[in-house]
Amino acid sequence: MIEIKKPGLLTTVQDLGRTGFQKYGVIASGVMDQDAHKIANMLVGNNEEQPTLEMTLIGPRIVFHEDCLISLCGGDIGPQINGQKVRLWRPIWVKAKSELTFGSYKEGCRTYLAIAGGFDVEVVMDSYATYLRAHIGGHKGRALQKGDQLSLKEKSRLSGKIMDSLKQPDKPFVEAQWSIPIQTRRPSNQRIRVIEGKQFSLFNKDSKIALFSHPYKVASQSDRMGYRLSGSALALSEEKEMISEAVTMGTIQVPPDGQPIILMADRQTTGGYPKIGQVASIDLHVLAQTKPGEEVYFEKISFAAAQRLYIQKEQRLYEYKKSIQIKYR
Amino acid sequence: MKWRFCPLGDQALLIELGDQISSETQQHIQMFSHFLEGQRLPWLKECIPAYTNIAVFYDIWKVSQLCGKDQLPYEFVCAELHELLKSVDIQTHLSSRKIDIPVCYGGEFGPDLDEVARLNHLTPDEVITIHAAGDYLVHMIGFAPGFPFIGGMSEKIAAPRRKSPRLQIPARTVGIAGMQTGVYPIETPGGWQLIGRTPIELFTPEGEMPTLLRAGDRIQFKPISFEEYKQLEAEQS
Repeated sequence: MIEIKKPGLLTTVQDLGRTGFQKYGVIASGVMDQDAHKIANMLVGNNEEQPTLEMTLIGPRIVFHEDCLISLCGGDIGPQINGQKVRLWRPIWVKAKSELTFGSYKEGCRTYLAIAGGFDVEVVMDSYATYLRAHIGGHKGRALQKGDQLSLKEKSRLSGKIMDSLKQPDKPFVEAQWSIPIQTRRPSNQRIRVIEGKQFSLFNKDSKIALFSHPYKVASQSDRMGYRLSGSALALSEEKEMISEAVTMGTIQVPPDGQPIILMADRQTTGGYPKIGQVASIDLHVLAQTKPGEEVYFEKISFAAAQRLYIQKEQRLYEYKKSIQIKYR
Repeated sequence: MKWRFCPLGDQALLIELGDQISSETQQHIQMFSHFLEGQRLPWLKECIPAYTNIAVFYDIWKVSQLCGKDQLPYEFVCAELHELLKSVDIQTHLSSRKIDIPVCYGGEFGPDLDEVARLNHLTPDEVITIHAAGDYLVHMIGFAPGFPFIGGMSEKIAAPRRKSPRLQIPARTVGIAGMQTGVYPIETPGGWQLIGRTPIELFTPEGEMPTLLRAGDRIQFKPISFEEYKQLEAEQS
């Protein structure tokens, strides 16, 4: 069992999202940074469907009431155990009564905490994800609060083996000496690749150029639902009434004021604004780690390249998973 | 019957079945999405039917294991869908469900009823009569869980959205925006003109069906008194 001593800015239980209910208007929710979530689970011997804690900018204070195997992946918001710095992207054995806190912020925006076995929270509509507005999923349908206690589920055999390999009962925690290689998880720069959206051709020439040549600043009203951008205004060549249709994570829509919005994990299922672009899935994790106030640049990528690169990335993740399984066979 | 495919991001596509909102297109969309979900396709994650198209979300990793090295997952999915859709008998008539939604109009539940009446030079009672007389079709569900996009409202009671949206609209409130009417299933901010409230839950996450309404349903609003509202609300919980 773990206990929340301080909740942090926004700490929620998330998974890969609620699939199959969007036709009822139920939003997908789920983690903002899928790569960090998947790797975090992989490092502790969980399958990628297990829930993780998504911690935003100011991390929580958490006490572990039993020996645990954890990992922290994603943005670096300064994790420490019993006051000592811990590194991201690797398994960590933690002794009972140890305390996880977050100190000085370094980079990124969201850190994911995975724990061997996974958090024992209720499944609502096939998912663990917290849907804040409808008060369902996760822990009591809300963000974690002081005093919340989360039980853990039975560990997998793999988790047990990783845990045993690290355990040193005279220490408060032990980090593994291996980690998932860096290039899969961090962008080399902030240039975000974008595919043309369905209504791209309806935008005027200046807008089509501006999107890929000018920086856009992530506005302060950005959240898990969407990133509001401010920069060169975008406009259609001529006004056109849109008919509402499905949208997805990374959809860049342009409301009448011309300032684009990128839809994120808590987006509504459908939308009625013209879509100028779509962030390629390979770069969604970059966006998920971008903070309000930061600037982003977009770069055009073909649809075919976006699909091919995504498969390559998934292939790499699959290989990491296999090599962890082999290492601890 | 003709369809077109177009990508929606790199892990979903749209099956376009029309350019305009119509009950015929709605029928085709219902039929196709129903059919696709019944096929148990290993790569199909989910479908979101809308006014004129169906979004199909696919598992790009699974597709990549099934398709050839030179074929894009998108091309594979389009080819599969094309074959499947050809086999659908569009003559079959899908029967739509008929659902009554009791509404207590006006008062604290419908603070904008008088405003809607004034804008249309009607009395509040006339607005209620017209609203309740309509035969409505649920074209799609979106915006919020179980929120129906309904067609078929009389233009006699149309009213523009409020200039400043309300920050919180209580769950189950019935509203009007332009030529549309709808019911808010959960508490949300919104700019609709509020005319009443139903005691019936539209979002039931614990139930077998998470929402009362589905695309393709026909609905009718039944005026009820405050006492009947209270009674029905008590029966629900």
